Amino acid sequence: MTAELEEESTGPVNPLRDPQDRRLPRIAGPCSLVIFGVTGDLARKKLMPAVYDLANRGLLPPGFALVGFARRDFSNQDFAQIVHDSVKEYARTPFREEVWQQLAEGFRFVPGDLTDDAAFKHLRETVDELDVNRGTGGNHAFYLSIPPGLFPQVVEQLSKSGLADDVHGSWRRVVIEKPFGHNLQSARELNHVVESVFPPEAVFRIDHYLGKETVQNMLAVRFANSMFEPVWNSHYVDHVQITMAEDIGIGGRAGYYDGIGAARDVIQNHLLQLLALTAMEEPVSFDAWSLRQEKKKVLAAVKLPERLDLHTARGQYAPGWAGGVKVQGYLQEDGIPKSSTTETFAALRVDVDTRRWAGVPFYLRTGKRLGRRVTEVAVMFKRAPHLPFTKTETEELGQNALVMRIQPDEGITLRFGAKVPGTMMEIRDVNMDFAYGGSFTESSPEAYERLILDMLLGDPPLFPQHTEVELGWKILDPVINYWAEHGKPEQYDSGGWGPDSAHEMLARDGRAWRRP
Amino acid sequence: MIIDLTSTNSSEIASALLKARRNAGSPAMGMIGTIVVVVDESSHHDALKAANEAGREHPSRVLVAILRPGRGAGGLDAEVRVGEGIPGEAVLLRLHGDLARVPESVITPLLLPDSPVIVWWPGGGPKVPAEDPLGKIGRRRVTDAAGTRRATEVFKTRAEGYRPGDTDFAWTRLTPWRALMAAALDQYPTIVRGAEVVSAKGNPSADLMAAWLQCRLGVPVEQKQSRGPGLTAVRMFTPAGPIALTRPDGAVATFSIPGQPDRPVALKRRTTSELLSEELRRLDPDDVYAQTLACMVEREEMPDRAKVVDHTARRSDQTAAEKAAARTAGVAGKAASPTLEAKAARKTAAAAKKPGSASKTTAAAKSARKAVAKKAAPAASTKAAGTAATRKSAAPRKSATPRKGAAAGAKKAAAKKSAGKRVAGRS
Repeated sequence: MTAELEEESTGPVNPLRDPQDRRLPRIAGPCSLVIFGVTGDLARKKLMPAVYDLANRGLLPPGFALVGFARRDFSNQDFAQIVHDSVKEYARTPFREEVWQQLAEGFRFVPGDLTDDAAFKHLRETVDELDVNRGTGGNHAFYLSIPPGLFPQVVEQLSKSGLADDVHGSWRRVVIEKPFGHNLQSARELNHVVESVFPPEAVFRIDHYLGKETVQNMLAVRFANSMFEPVWNSHYVDHVQITMAEDIGIGGRAGYYDGIGAARDVIQNHLLQLLALTAMEEPVSFDAWSLRQEKKKVLAAVKLPERLDLHTARGQYAPGWAGGVKVQGYLQEDGIPKSSTTETFAALRVDVDTRRWAGVPFYLRTGKRLGRRVTEVAVMFKRAPHLPFTKTETEELGQNALVMRIQPDEGITLRFGAKVPGTMMEIRDVNMDFAYGGSFTESSPEAYERLILDMLLGDPPLFPQHTEVELGWKILDPVINYWAEHGKPEQYDSGGWGPDSAHEMLARDGRAWRRP
Repeated sequence: MIIDLTSTNSSEIASALLKARRNAGSPAMGMIGTIVVVVDESSHHDALKAANEAGREHPSRVLVAILRPGRGAGGLDAEVRVGEGIPGEAVLLRLHGDLARVPESVITPLLLPDSPVIVWWPGGGPKVPAEDPLGKIGRRRVTDAAGTRRATEVFKTRAEGYRPGDTDFAWTRLTPWRALMAAALDQYPTIVRGAEVVSAKGNPSADLMAAWLQCRLGVPVEQKQSRGPGLTAVRMFTPAGPIALTRPDGAVATFSIPGQPDRPVALKRRTTSELLSEELRRLDPDDVYAQTLACMVEREEMPDRAKVVDHTARRSDQTAAEKAAARTAGVAGKAASPTLEAKAARKTAAAAKKPGSASKTTAAAKSARKAVAKKAAPAASTKAAGTAATRKSAAPRKSATPRKGAAAGAKKAAAKKSAGKRVAGRS
């Protein structure tokens, strides 16, 4: 906690670097990335394409190596073929043979089970060989793209085989994906396991939402402009709605999803992070430490309502039609027990007990198989205190809103009233759009690209720390416990916008959900 | 949608743009600014294509001004394109006769309000871009020195006329090279005693690279010629051996750092649209480019003698001793595991035994000595005491380095020692 007192590192100054020289990208130092669970969906669809895209943009160090670890009997060539396929299918930048060739030389595959000592010995040898032949210099990142239940095993094996040993002049980092536990206690245990082997600054928790351009843009919009901040408080803001909706069901993730549910899967990390970025005070600077301080302050000020029965809602999607397709209900999905009480929709109200936000509720909701795939933060403003128009003239006028569209169609919408052309005075809501998306983001890096690069560079601002994870669980634990003790989730229509209880929950406060 | 307008004027073009936009359902106009492309009839197609591709990252209004000065009466023909698979809007403008001399009168009414204007000359550019009538409009002026004949000379006059906001593709092309050289010193902090830039003849990027290295490192930088394409190698000489980036084929480069294995890097010559995209990413004046240009002008004014001195300093930095030391350092670095160490030892032993390789080394040493001897006379007579001093300080260090590399063959070591002594004796 004394980070503000730490002096800036005064290493040798690189004469070729100049803070004014902003063309020069940061290139990670020589290193390798070891992916556990490399045959999984995440690795195939996101990680490996992101690695290629980074290489294609010239941001990976020459001699970068990618090591796959999985319970398959692959040779290095088989592995290269798998990466090749995934890159061809999912990479965002065009495929270039010469980039591929230099990258593929650094591919290694280590077959084996996570419990198998011999496999880890093999991994150790592979990594040592890379240090010699590719010059990775003892710098290795371990990406645990595996269920969190297996973390203790892997971490222990890494430590046993000496792969986690801290060698002077090189680094070892470990990357873990959400969920970071399933409640406060398990999060602490998980943290204990990981940090018993790796020091806290070597643990990178990936919340890919924080790598998204639009999420980072939230900070730019708030703190780089003069016209939003004056209204960014309880004098002008009526309430805030944070939505993350998916149009798909749980797909093949029954094993992962059942018992976890929407609140743990999404609210605990993504939505609370979005809330923190929306509600936080201005950080004194944009370094990792200052940003975290402000986020932690806000998360610590978040309070749940007294009556959880009135201000939370949950549901399970029922069989029906969604987007013109006949779909199963949650309880009918393969691998889900008929009696499951796991929620696929969760909504709750929280309040931020600060001067800025007193009396401004934040409504969070997330769900599967809703109307469409969308993530957004909508800041809803109060109505004008006085309207010099007749009631009929302003019948179509709603609340002003500033909507930050996180995905898809990234951008910002400002909603306000305008006169309808004609001889009568009639005022109606119109949208003013800034489309970050479309043509603009085509070449901007994908969230995983940014996060992998930051991790290789050891740059932490976009990674939540353990304290933030704990604060998230502290907010959510009472809700989850309350739900566990009281009844079952309500069924809701697939392709709609959630259960009736969610709509009633807002109606009680005299408000309504936006249709995002 | 394409609208053809003949014998037209700016306001007709502006209303055609508005009409085309309405017809396309008024797509959101998130354009970052206006790109004015000044080009001739033969290359406007490629330029427009590149601008449109760059527009995917930076949607903008592209105004292509094709200047056709001649004796005939002034006239303006235009072709307005909206939609058609392009991200922003594009207007092809053909300016005939007298009008070609005052293109700003056509362009000014068509600029997007309150947003940056970038003027781009794909085929070279005026000598002083900021004084060009169109250049005056632009916040950024992008030229391409490589697009003109006698590139280096033209570029040098342009360097003298630099104003904030100027940039040149010759500089943009260097970014990946510079990034790798900077990254090398991030990972391997060391003193650099000299540098070398090898390129095809008359490559303005190479001049800039040399100026940048000299400016940043404060050491003599030599330029050499090769067959190309473009830049082929950049080397920084350090006490342990050269940090080198060599790209003989224009696609894949080899990156070598003393004590580490050589590594391939994809370093393709980039397309025009990629270069333009990079230019558009930053719209403020490029201060580092300005400094580098100043250095280049300075370098240009350096007397020939100083350049010769430059040369000898570099030579003494790269004696056979240096090369061999680098090689042994490389081997020592590689030998991380005991087995490999043994292998490496065997390899060097074999190399020492082989008469061919040994004689090669001595030959190299000889030629180096010759070179040194040739340059000795002018170097001694000049007032360049500074470089002499560097040599002095460099020499003892150098004679020490080979001793560290104990694994090297006996003959090699001998070659090193004699070379080292010679240098030391001379200075």
